Amino acid sequence: MSERLVGKAIKRLEDPALLTGRGRFVDDFHLPGTLHAAFVRSEEAHAKINGIDKSAAVALPGVHAVLTLADLPKRFHAMRMHGMPNPHVTQNIMPYVLAKDEVCHVGEPIAIVIADDRYIAEDAAALVMVDYEPLPTAGDCRAAMAPGAALAHMNSPDNIAAMLHFGYGDIDAAFKNAAHVVKENLFMHRGLGHSIEGRAVLAHYDTFADHLTVYTASQGPHAAKRAIVGMLDWDEERVRVVALDVGGGFGPKMSFYAEQIVTVLASLHVNRPVKWIEDRREHFNSATQERDQYWDVEMAMDAQGKILGLRIAMIHDKGAFMPHGTILPHISCTTVPGPFIIPAYKIDCSVVLTNKPPVAPVRGAGRPQAVFAMERIMDAAAAKLGLDRVEIRRRNLIPAEAMPYSIGLTFRDGKPLTYDSGDYPQLFDKVTKAADYAGFAKRQEAALKNGRYIGIGIASAIEGTGLGPFEGATVRIGPSGTVTLLTGAADQGQGHATTVAQICAEQFGIRPDDVRVVTADTAAIANGTGTFASRQAVNAGSSTHLAAIQVREKVLAIASHILEAAPSDIELADGNAIVKGTDKKISFRDIARAVTGQSGFALPKGIEPGLEATRYFTPEQAAYASGNHIAEVEVDIETGGVKVTNYWISHDCGVVINPLLVEGQVQGGLAHGIGNALLEWMHYDADTCQPLTTTLADYLLPTADAVPKALISHVVSPSPLNPLGVKGAGEGGTIPAPAAIISAIEHALTPFGVHLTQAPVPPHHLVELINKGRRKNSGLLA
Amino acid sequence: MKPPPFTYHNPSSLDEAFDLLVACKNARVLAGGQSLIPMLNFRYLQPDHIIDVAGIKNISGIEMRNDDLHIGAMTRQREVEFSDLVAQHCPLMHEAIRQVGHRQTRNRGTVGGSLAHLDPAAELPLVACATGATIHVAGKRGKRDFAFADYALGFMTPAIEPDEMVTGVTVPAWAPGHGAAFVEFARREGDFAMVAVAVLLELDAKGVIARASLALGGAMATAQCMPEAEAALIGQKPTTETFAAAAGACTKIEAMDDVHAPAAYRQHLAGVLARRALAAAYERTTKV
Repeated sequence: MSERLVGKAIKRLEDPALLTGRGRFVDDFHLPGTLHAAFVRSEEAHAKINGIDKSAAVALPGVHAVLTLADLPKRFHAMRMHGMPNPHVTQNIMPYVLAKDEVCHVGEPIAIVIADDRYIAEDAAALVMVDYEPLPTAGDCRAAMAPGAALAHMNSPDNIAAMLHFGYGDIDAAFKNAAHVVKENLFMHRGLGHSIEGRAVLAHYDTFADHLTVYTASQGPHAAKRAIVGMLDWDEERVRVVALDVGGGFGPKMSFYAEQIVTVLASLHVNRPVKWIEDRREHFNSATQERDQYWDVEMAMDAQGKILGLRIAMIHDKGAFMPHGTILPHISCTTVPGPFIIPAYKIDCSVVLTNKPPVAPVRGAGRPQAVFAMERIMDAAAAKLGLDRVEIRRRNLIPAEAMPYSIGLTFRDGKPLTYDSGDYPQLFDKVTKAADYAGFAKRQEAALKNGRYIGIGIASAIEGTGLGPFEGATVRIGPSGTVTLLTGAADQGQGHATTVAQICAEQFGIRPDDVRVVTADTAAIANGTGTFASRQAVNAGSSTHLAAIQVREKVLAIASHILEAAPSDIELADGNAIVKGTDKKISFRDIARAVTGQSGFALPKGIEPGLEATRYFTPEQAAYASGNHIAEVEVDIETGGVKVTNYWISHDCGVVINPLLVEGQVQGGLAHGIGNALLEWMHYDADTCQPLTTTLADYLLPTADAVPKALISHVVSPSPLNPLGVKGAGEGGTIPAPAAIISAIEHALTPFGVHLTQAPVPPHHLVELINKGRRKNSGLLA
Repeated sequence: MKPPPFTYHNPSSLDEAFDLLVACKNARVLAGGQSLIPMLNFRYLQPDHIIDVAGIKNISGIEMRNDDLHIGAMTRQREVEFSDLVAQHCPLMHEAIRQVGHRQTRNRGTVGGSLAHLDPAAELPLVACATGATIHVAGKRGKRDFAFADYALGFMTPAIEPDEMVTGVTVPAWAPGHGAAFVEFARREGDFAMVAVAVLLELDAKGVIARASLALGGAMATAQCMPEAEAALIGQKPTTETFAAAAGACTKIEAMDDVHAPAAYRQHLAGVLARRALAAAYERTTKV
């Protein structure tokens, strides 16, 4: 093998174009004759639609069409968006592509307006008169569970979409034999993905070619193509879906949305290219989002603080529809055990429909909530037993020699939840040493003397990454001699082109920027899955590796034949195959030409034409990444303001392909985690389910001043499950952050006996608790 | 998020602008656009005419008029930030301006625009309120000058008639040696304040508070002076107890209540920030 490129901190190949304004986002495509779409969206959270009057909108100059469900081809009148079948789901309710006779959340699309430009389209959308008959709304998911609660869907028997039950071991015995039992009632809210670029579609039907091209800001262009082909009932060759540059995804762009198929239908209807670019308000009310989970957690422990069992009831707000089925609560339920030995476990989860936008994964995908539940109960146990928070965790860690470690649950990939590799005690050692955890008590004491309230918190997470079914890569060297790599691995900023180029270039002795990488184009590679669940390093990385090796072997075989040398005597460098220690060489170009042959002449016996291989890597199960976070915070006890002052992460994503990109992922993930701990809260009116925080002035994303630079240390536990030994790195920065930060805040406020049971914690909430503690301290409260 | 249709006008003189304000019904004046443009894009506002006053030459700039600081309406906030005159004669504004939005928004945002928009949490109206500034409004019918209390009629409602516009503000300079402090609490750097406090203090030769101004922003529908707090300061020694008494008066406001902060929290913050602002302003007083 040539020089190792895997493991090198090379700069992103994507950046020169992006930084010099040569990005190719959907809105950068200007096809001649393009018309622009705007959606008429529900203003009601729940209502019957008694009629739609579009006459004024249609009459507006510049408007080409206004389409409601009734105006779409007949097959769409009874067709609902595709859900994810699951035997536990009793109400797998998905929307029609446009609302039929009922709307179930504010922002649900009712009609599409196609006009000369977006301005006119919005003017016309405002002229469409929808006759709503308001219905009662299901808001708070706890209340919505109760018998007789207002229904999220008028024809449903109740609001329970699914009941999930997981567990193993003898939970009753665990509690019967417990020396200590701790309980917590917890609430965690998470918000939206908020990629900088919103969702986007440009649909172009070419009548001459009888071919549809859909440019879309998607995490899964192949999945989008399958959906479009299925819904139109066309054959695959007539449809191409492309996602070139995509400005962030974070989960919500993995869903295939009604807006995507309706924009396609609009384009077919007007026989012109039609573009729809989601604006921020639409992202707030119609992209999938995460939301509320309520956790009742009980933990049984022995006298030494060893866990005997964990019993949980959880309520999950699913919103109005069921995209991605129950995978999000499923992930929550199976993430709880984390790095700890839990002999008995039982969780019952109610998945509840409400009149809010549908809930589907956002970076972390239900794990931050699970980690919050687990780490809060560990903190409570430490307090009850009078143990240090790190010490009680150490007593319960899975030892490195126990790997592979089977939890006893089934993960959301349908496979047994078995940690493939990892060294959790080492992660603990690294992060506590880096943070000087042992010396913190002194720092805290000194700060307190100066009236400063600082605290430290720890949390860890194990994350199932690299999920199947597969991703693929084609490696090809054509007569130009250029190494081309085609993969379905859609990139939304992760840097997949860089990492797969590193993996590929390594096999050919060329530089990563010599590899021509094409991602996320269904015309480039037939099959693909998409980018979610921190899966592409494992899947696209491994398939690239396998395909590159296969092509490399063929290059060596042909070169061996032409150069009359053994393959083992040939090395690949700078686009040539060279007989080691000689000046005998042949270029990739000539090798490629040799296997292309001459018109009419036969190829040498045994030679398949072309230098090309396509490999699909199919992981047998998830590869489990792990990490530990320590947060240090300072709290202003008068304003409730919290500053995350220092942050340390120990992180194990197996073999690191590119440390720059991994650290960028972890640091960016931390920003999300800080948002979830302190800032991001999507508020809805309790009675009407109207969204209340629909601008970025009201919904607070973390800004640079709120996010410290994390000091990251790595542990490398190669995964035995793929040829590169890699695991995913996309979400580990986010998952434990809220738990660590909330623990640190509680620790800072120890003098006031503050106990935190929710995330995020807004400053007014902290001030209330601090003042309550003060009154208690001064004896005013019993 | 595209604005509804409107007719765009860009007058090059005040007289031309005044004529347009009379001729155009349902018009809005565009200055730096940092609030108006988003409001148009949200369609919160649907004006038929936009009168862009950026091209009018004689309504921007910072100068001393007698002993007062005069700032033209179209003066960019960034210019205020780096103005030596402002730093010298109105240290309160100098401190406040850096908390107005972000560098990028201050590059375009204007003093007059902020005063006309009159967001309850905006820093510049609070400075105008605390300093006893005069806000200049004009139109074809003539000029009108307002004290802040007469100008700010209610939530985002200035006393500007449809045929008028803000042309500038005159900020009286407080005596050399006075102490000023502008303290606000926002969730993130550059956000609108949940509560902001502006304080000005002048001590006499004996070290007694001779003159005081304390105003609150962000907590109520408009920025407001706190006469009760000021009364608790004037004639008193600048002690912790004095400041606590004045700050205590600030907690009795009728505060706004929203998803970000319950009223009780804003009342609490008003007291905390008033105490901090008073202490900071006192620290900054110097003997002349």
